[in-house]
Amino acid sequence: MASSLLDDEILPGNPPGPHQAEYRWTLNFGPQHPATHTTLRLVLELDGERIVNATPHIGYLHSGFEKLGEHLTFNQYVTIVDRKNYISPPYNEIAWHGTVEKLLGIELTPRCKYIRTIIGELSRISDHLLCVGAAALDLGAFTAFLYLFNQRELIYDVYEEMSGYRFHPGYTRVGGVLQDFTPRVLERINRVLASLPAALRDVEKLLMRNKIFLDRTRGIGTLSRDQALALCVTGPLARASGVTYDLRKDEPYLAYPELNFEVPYATEGDCYARFQVRFEEILQSLKILRQATANLPNGPVNVPIADKFPLPDKTTVYNSMEGLIQHFELIMPNRGPDTPIDEVYYAVESPNGELGYYLVADGTQTAWRVRTRPPSFIHFATFPHLIRNHMIADVVAVLGSLNIIAAELDR
Amino acid sequence: MNPTTAHPSPPTATASDPRLSRARALLEPVLGPTLKTSSFRDNLRIFVEPDQLLPALAALRDRGGFHLVELGGTDYLHYPKPSGSGKRFEVHYVLLNRDTTDRLILKVGVDPDNPSLPSATSLWPGADWLEREVFDMFGIRFDGHPDLRRILMPDQFTAFPLRKDYPLRGRGERHNFPRITRAES
Repeated sequence: MASSLLDDEILPGNPPGPHQAEYRWTLNFGPQHPATHTTLRLVLELDGERIVNATPHIGYLHSGFEKLGEHLTFNQYVTIVDRKNYISPPYNEIAWHGTVEKLLGIELTPRCKYIRTIIGELSRISDHLLCVGAAALDLGAFTAFLYLFNQRELIYDVYEEMSGYRFHPGYTRVGGVLQDFTPRVLERINRVLASLPAALRDVEKLLMRNKIFLDRTRGIGTLSRDQALALCVTGPLARASGVTYDLRKDEPYLAYPELNFEVPYATEGDCYARFQVRFEEILQSLKILRQATANLPNGPVNVPIADKFPLPDKTTVYNSMEGLIQHFELIMPNRGPDTPIDEVYYAVESPNGELGYYLVADGTQTAWRVRTRPPSFIHFATFPHLIRNHMIADVVAVLGSLNIIAAELDR
Repeated sequence: MNPTTAHPSPPTATASDPRLSRARALLEPVLGPTLKTSSFRDNLRIFVEPDQLLPALAALRDRGGFHLVELGGTDYLHYPKPSGSGKRFEVHYVLLNRDTTDRLILKVGVDPDNPSLPSATSLWPGADWLEREVFDMFGIRFDGHPDLRRILMPDQFTAFPLRKDYPLRGRGERHNFPRITRAES
């Protein structure tokens, strides 16, 4: 069943006949190559320029992130999850601390839910801007890349204002966030909201009806609905193939149930459909951001310190006994509240697909086992099936549409 | 300061959980009337034996519309309480039904003396790399896997790094890794 579904048979090539194998040659693509954007290697078996077989070799960036999770506390590990998908770090943080909060049974405050939704959607926009922009760059459209990257800078400005870090904000904490949004953060977000639509209109004109871009992406790397399900694919990749599942709608979390947005999908399943879905998702994220910033609830951002998990702010520590005790209990390595001895799986809709954590807790502040469900890893596994019988030049189109982030791929 | 606010925990799956009765109806022909289950928060876990794994997964896929979304392993060596299956290793299969949004977690215990499981690649080709990663990190072999090689660690690596008896800083592999100098190349 599997082989017929994936259509892995090799089309008759040129020259045909029993000696066909003799005409094949092998090309090594990567691990350092401008079009991989990160460190991954492909060994391509070619018949002329046609790809007969592609074998990915990964692991060049393996840094033992899951092993490190067994030695860092729940709050410390947020610095590591940032470095998994470093194109949209806030979503990794939402997934990780969402898992911890599910384990501990913490219900966030309404303001925190909205703040996390806002930073999550900003990171989704940032991720899709990179994916579409970098793919356009690889396919020869340099201008679109610059227009989109210019907008990503504004999102980095938001990260910088809210947390002090541009690239890896490390903004969430168990039961809350590092610090509340200030009016300046909202002002920076409004700057993104004001400048992004015009840039998107420009890029849509430059790219989405561009003859060269259409010829390079339409009908390339097609994934059918059944193949998408069989290959465990999620996110924009699955939605471009007609699997309309979106965890924000179907298993709602944070403030998503209160916000009005749509889930774009396509049925063609080719590279162009994936770019279309991503492009449309940027517009939907903008819609979410407008609603969330307009309706941002007032009130506390962290759960009460009586819940024993959030670190109290400095004013509370210096001016109240409870705050001082709580700070001490959380900071001292041999103190801290007990956690359940149990395990939990929690997943969110990250820009790339379902990002889940399987967390096994042993009763301490450190996880026993942190298993990441990395969307890039699962999506890259589809690459040999997508690229078979296409040309060498299509490698960059398909790679660009999958949006492989090697740090998340190798962890 | 307001220390009185109590936060309700997310709902925990119970015996009357409709997801459990739906899963029971699907799995009864394969696993028999008694299902070993456990739950925490909204996760529903079903424990199966290695020889029942493929029939159970096939029943959930073909009659229940479930699809695999995640597969991974855990080592319970010196864990404060016995693992759900009582074995040292466990592999979890997170299955999702996209029509009913039901999620099920199938857990299989693996014997440390002969760590092997049947491969799910015949049901979902997407299990290929996920099983290779479990093999790479825990040394659990998947029988029937088309290409069971290491995936993240180098081929020359001999240990299984996510096992609990493997130290965080390794056993000196990094320093003793064979390097080719410019003169030798």
